[in-house]
Amino acid sequence: MLKGDTLSNVLYIDLTKKDYRIENREDLFNKYLGGTGVGIQLLKENCPPGCDPLGPDNPIIFVVGPLTSFFPLASKTVAMFKSPHTGNLGESHCGGRTAVAIRMAGFGAIVIKGKSDIPIYLSITDNKVVFKNATTLWGMEHNSTTGKVIRENEKDAGLRTIMRIGRAGEKQISYACVTAETYRHFGRLGLGAVFGSKNLKALVASGKRSTSVEDTKKYISVYDEIYNAATESPLMKKYHELGTPENVLPLNKLGGLPTQNLQKSRFEGADQISGEAFAEKYLGRRLACSHCPVACIHIASLREPYEDEPYFYKTSMVCYDYEPIFALGSMLGGTDTKGILKLMDRIESWGLDVMSAGVVLAWVTEAYQKGLITNKETVDLKPEWNDYDTYIKILDNIIDQPNDFYKALGKGSDYASSVYGGKEFSLTFGKNEMPGYHTGPGAHLGFLIGTRHSHLDNAGYSIDQKVLITTKITGEELAKKVIDEEKWRQILTSLAICFFARGIYTEDVVLKALECAGFKLTKEDLKRIGEEIYTEKYKFKFQEGFSLDDYTLPKRIFETETPTGMIDPNYMKEAVEAAKNIIKSKM
Amino acid sequence: MRLTVVDAERCVGCQSCMFACTRRIGKAGLSKSCINIKSLGGMSKGFTVVVCRACTDPPCAKVCPTDALRVRKDGGVLLDPAKCVGCGNCKNACVLDAVFMDTKNRPMICIHCGYCVKYCPYGVLDIDKEGVTNA
Repeated sequence: MLKGDTLSNVLYIDLTKKDYRIENREDLFNKYLGGTGVGIQLLKENCPPGCDPLGPDNPIIFVVGPLTSFFPLASKTVAMFKSPHTGNLGESHCGGRTAVAIRMAGFGAIVIKGKSDIPIYLSITDNKVVFKNATTLWGMEHNSTTGKVIRENEKDAGLRTIMRIGRAGEKQISYACVTAETYRHFGRLGLGAVFGSKNLKALVASGKRSTSVEDTKKYISVYDEIYNAATESPLMKKYHELGTPENVLPLNKLGGLPTQNLQKSRFEGADQISGEAFAEKYLGRRLACSHCPVACIHIASLREPYEDEPYFYKTSMVCYDYEPIFALGSMLGGTDTKGILKLMDRIESWGLDVMSAGVVLAWVTEAYQKGLITNKETVDLKPEWNDYDTYIKILDNIIDQPNDFYKALGKGSDYASSVYGGKEFSLTFGKNEMPGYHTGPGAHLGFLIGTRHSHLDNAGYSIDQKVLITTKITGEELAKKVIDEEKWRQILTSLAICFFARGIYTEDVVLKALECAGFKLTKEDLKRIGEEIYTEKYKFKFQEGFSLDDYTLPKRIFETETPTGMIDPNYMKEAVEAAKNIIKSKM
Repeated sequence: MRLTVVDAERCVGCQSCMFACTRRIGKAGLSKSCINIKSLGGMSKGFTVVVCRACTDPPCAKVCPTDALRVRKDGGVLLDPAKCVGCGNCKNACVLDAVFMDTKNRPMICIHCGYCVKYCPYGVLDIDKEGVTNA
């Protein structure tokens, strides 16, 4: 680590006592770099085994990386906590201004424990934490209003992050998200509910500092190599132009786009919800995270008339991406793009994970069609594919919880299906709702054994498309590939590098960049550290009850064709067994 | 030579310019940046570029009690740190808020070197090699 770098300063905040302290944890950052690596250690230290995810003992941990603010595209913040959605390891990543702001505030990590007696928000700047009353903000209908109020009340515009929860977090819906800078999220696994359980409405952090590098010439040359690759090479083109929704059409053509609760893997309406269609009809602005020239954030401009007054309109700016389009579009059999955007906007208002919300709504639709739930449960709402007015009403009920059915929906589709039936088409992995890839066994193995149950853990979907589509490999070979990729990704997430830049940050580039930031490491070191972090995460998962002896996969994945053909349950079994043995051999 | 803001509507808020400004003196971070990119009340409304616009008759220099700010040939000012007493008058005089203060309360004002322009991928910033007009 470079002299004078504040990376190793960890800010510990106690919400019960309204107190804080700063501790130097060079030991952790030297050994595990930052991000995921340091995060899992801080989680082990601060999360008592078996603790209630919504109790005061569950810590909220934010960690950034050594390359954050030094190089472009290393602007992610890793959040670690025990997930109220899965009851196990909670890890969620967010861009926006979060990472740069925390780093510039003078911290590598923030650990928040306890529970405030009243709603508060935290203001972190100049090495100080101020605990501010948020009673007035609690219960506000639109999440963005909270952002507006805090923006007016806090200093350092342009240098700050404003993380906040909406009503979903306040109500402790298990898949509530934390929103930062209006359009970025700690989306998955329910960090918003953990905020809510602590009466923590928001967190603002800001600062402006710098570290002198040892060799300026070298620093600038490595910087330019990364910057030029990000702005000029074709590697980033798709994120930059149409953004992630560019995936809709190719994935549909391939037959891997989950449609109508994965009853199908091709959607006849894909053309209408493609990245091209959204760009042409709605794209209003493109935005970037701090210190990232790519600008992958795509914002739709949605104009809606007020019904009570002629020539009177409301224009909303709604962020769209591939996953929300899958979850609220194809998964709900929807081609009504206005409806999709309205539902997205509503999900933003409440502060829910859009992916889980969409998959829950898909389960509701099929369960209703099959008669597992009736008008009694839905309170006379009749869910139907592509009917977004009804979907919005269902969503509102998930927040308002008028009966036990909607309370159950607030705990996710795994829980709801355990009460009302329909497990076989509840598309969850380790209790987390699926992402938008039905590309083959690699994707589903990846969701199941990924430490976050995320497609981004290990990109099993990519192995399907690059290997399995043309070549037969054994279940064991597949497991090995998926796990090897996840181990390497522990390095990227420990450096807080955006996965979209994984093609730029090769091993060689990572080592050169790290050297500029004062970390002299070798390829072997990276391999060893990646493996160790992976194992540490699995240790936590096993400690909290995750098991690969006793797992279930939704039957639906074996009933719908993938680009690699139908998935053979025995092949999946073999792959999971192999994965289990590989993971356990390192324990 | 002076820095110009060609079209702030093209700004995506990547803040690469801000990092470039500190990096040009061999530091990683933002503490020496003389340019700030902030949203116009939320990112949905876009961004504003806060940087010295090279006034030919700069108010900041006029209010400097020690003549620490010298007017540049092409507009804007250059600071003589030895003369500066850190009164902050210059900061208060700038309607653009483009006078940034360092931790010792000394002003940091863009010197129009153009380094940040190389790191603006969307054509928001440019360098005007001729210009002395106050457009």
